[in-house]
Amino acid sequence: MTANAVADRLVEFVHALREHGIAVGTGETVDAAAAAEAVGLADRERLREALAASVLRGAAQRPVFDGVFDLYFPAAHGTSEATADDPGTPAQLRDRLLDALVSGDDARVRALAAAGIDLFGGYGAAAHGQGGQGGEGGQGAQGAAGTTSGNGRSAARLSGWSAYQTLSEVRPQALRARLRDAIREARADGLDGASADALADREAAAGIESFTGHVRAEARRRTAELRGRDRIARHAVAPQTDLVSFTSATAEQFADMRRAVTPLSRKLATRLAARRRRAARGRVDLRRTVRRSLATGGVPMRPVMRRRRPGRPELVLLCDMSGSVAGFAQFTLLLTQALSDQFSKVRSFAFVSCTDEITELVRAGRDEPENLAGRIVAEAHLTQVGMSSDYDGALQTFTDGWADVLGPRTSVLILGDGRTNGAPPNLPALRAIAERARHVYWLNPERAESWGTGDSEAHRYAREVPMFECRTIRQLSHLVTRLLPD
Amino acid sequence: MTEPSTSEAAPQPSEQEPAFASVDEVVEHLAGAGYLASNAVATTVFLAARLGKPLLVEGPAGVGKTELARAMAAATDSELIRLQCYEGIDESRALYEWNHASQLLRITAAKDENWDATREHVFSEEFLLSRPLLTAIRNQDPTVLLIDEIDKADVEVEGLLLEVLGDFQVTVPELGTITATRRPLVVLTSNATRELSEALKRRCLFLHLDFPPADLERDIVTLRVPELDAELAASLVRVVGALRELELRKSPSIAESVDWARTLVALGADTLDEEVVRATLGVILKYESDQRKALSELRLDRVLSPGDAADGVAAAAGTGSSGDVSSGSAVS
Repeated sequence: MTANAVADRLVEFVHALREHGIAVGTGETVDAAAAAEAVGLADRERLREALAASVLRGAAQRPVFDGVFDLYFPAAHGTSEATADDPGTPAQLRDRLLDALVSGDDARVRALAAAGIDLFGGYGAAAHGQGGQGGEGGQGAQGAAGTTSGNGRSAARLSGWSAYQTLSEVRPQALRARLRDAIREARADGLDGASADALADREAAAGIESFTGHVRAEARRRTAELRGRDRIARHAVAPQTDLVSFTSATAEQFADMRRAVTPLSRKLATRLAARRRRAARGRVDLRRTVRRSLATGGVPMRPVMRRRRPGRPELVLLCDMSGSVAGFAQFTLLLTQALSDQFSKVRSFAFVSCTDEITELVRAGRDEPENLAGRIVAEAHLTQVGMSSDYDGALQTFTDGWADVLGPRTSVLILGDGRTNGAPPNLPALRAIAERARHVYWLNPERAESWGTGDSEAHRYAREVPMFECRTIRQLSHLVTRLLPD
Repeated sequence: MTEPSTSEAAPQPSEQEPAFASVDEVVEHLAGAGYLASNAVATTVFLAARLGKPLLVEGPAGVGKTELARAMAAATDSELIRLQCYEGIDESRALYEWNHASQLLRITAAKDENWDATREHVFSEEFLLSRPLLTAIRNQDPTVLLIDEIDKADVEVEGLLLEVLGDFQVTVPELGTITATRRPLVVLTSNATRELSEALKRRCLFLHLDFPPADLERDIVTLRVPELDAELAASLVRVVGALRELELRKSPSIAESVDWARTLVALGADTLDEEVVRATLGVILKYESDQRKALSELRLDRVLSPGDAADGVAAAAGTGSSGDVSSGSAVS
């Protein structure tokens, strides 16, 4: 690439990052260019690190960065070069993959992922006759053989490369048991019996996971070449964890979110504590000032301010655990639990069609965050019939049964989408809660535009208590610091 | 006013001879200083030295952030000046402070001197307490300035740092402006307990240190604990790697791996069998709930065999690990 081409590519790259919510200023682009110059373009991994160092501002941005980087600075163009041991059938590919994973050779795993895409990933156009749409297993291999011979020519006529198609052909999951045994065999150590199995099993799963990841990245890269990089960058790179919407997150993304709970809670706690400290400045503490002045011969050089002890608020959470809202509720419960030392008391309640207290379950959830929502639904008494939420019954059972948890120092957070499934909204119960508590805030994981559409009573609830749109971790953490009193 | 104020700008990094000629040289020199650098670390350190920008290192506790600064100092033959940040740290702790007590003594001692002479004397080098930032700037020799755990400090300190790290000069009203004759290599570390200001981040190169890949970690463990059998090191790294995959409250980091290796050496264990793992798990997992989870996930939670040998190992492990804490803290 010439210097100009590099600059152009870099600018396109930065634009793509901005579209994914990574704020890169012009100054940083210049820095990135300087860094690229200092490191040189010869080594791709070093270029990647150099750009990352100059452009990124946090670890959470790294996966997005890597995805975009692979598109804009690909390891190779076109199909990968044929390796010496080119596999022909899914079974052969699996065998080689087994070897590569056992020896822990990541470069070879990547090469095999590329080979897999070559063989089974192409779709669209009449590039390879009957195997084209990659349907049946038997034909896939045959059609694929055609593709291998005509790689260079047919690629132009393809409309894309599919990771899904490749993976359903190669079926790396089928390797798991064999891989586990092979790993056990290869890495004999002191562990024996069940725990060695468990360890090998985990490693096998991780290995297959990495192969799948390589296949996806390779498919993205090649499709980008066919259809234009910018378009693929926009759609195919997953967003940062804190911008994933709660209502549409996948299981994997929820796992990432759970991992973010502890660091996020620490951040929020520091922010809350800093605010309290700032608020404490004011009156001079005479006794401690005099004491300190002894060090400077009785001259009070530095006055000591009296520290005010701010009251810690009580927090009550009231969570809708039905359907798609459950993920949001689970995350918020874990977050407030992690923040619990910021409050004098945290009590959690869940409802579907009636309310039950889940404080203990959530407390235990700190150690076992997986599937907390499932356990809550299974163990607490939340519904008479079915799993559709009924705000009428839920609010009523709460005010009937637990009105005494509300007091002048209590902040109440209600988490839910306000979709009543046709039942009356029971506004009086909400009003009763709002009267007794100090603050009531309603966090709604739906987009503000869809409040009040269909069976949603959100707009009517919003007239009674302040309601906030809370769709992503970023919005939630912003709200938590803003809403919770100091 | 005794110190002549130097007003020319700090030397540009290009005027100084670069500390490293290439990324490979960084790897080599850091290895010489006992730090095995990954590609990311080597590239970023190279850029920091070449572009003269501060290096902001973020990552979980115990992955070797502070150690990196130490190794950089050793690799470039520089002096390491460390500013440990804490809640409430201020200018007088970070930059400089007048020694009030001595000044007062000096003033009371000089009762019959005229005021001008006293003032001249009182605001001279003699009564200036130089804190790490000023020390680093005034140092004539190559310097690595380590600003540790910047996230613990208040936001105001960041403003101070912006000023100091921008021009590498400090103005002491009574003395004049002091400019660095040599730009120090600056390393800031953060545990990300709070978001640093955008302005500070923009001025730095960002490096996220994470748990290293298995082979690198094995090399690190072997380098730190050479007495450990190579095969044992490999299995140790495997188990630690598997533990990191679990959702734990605190994942074991490199420091814990090294501690564990030392514990195993102290116990004289030659294989990592289930008894040993179970008995020494406390070295790497610091929460009781994490230990329980690890035992069940790795299926080590079968009822202990009634043999009392296991108890003996457990007791020995307890002493081994506690005695090890001090030596292991070098890798923080």
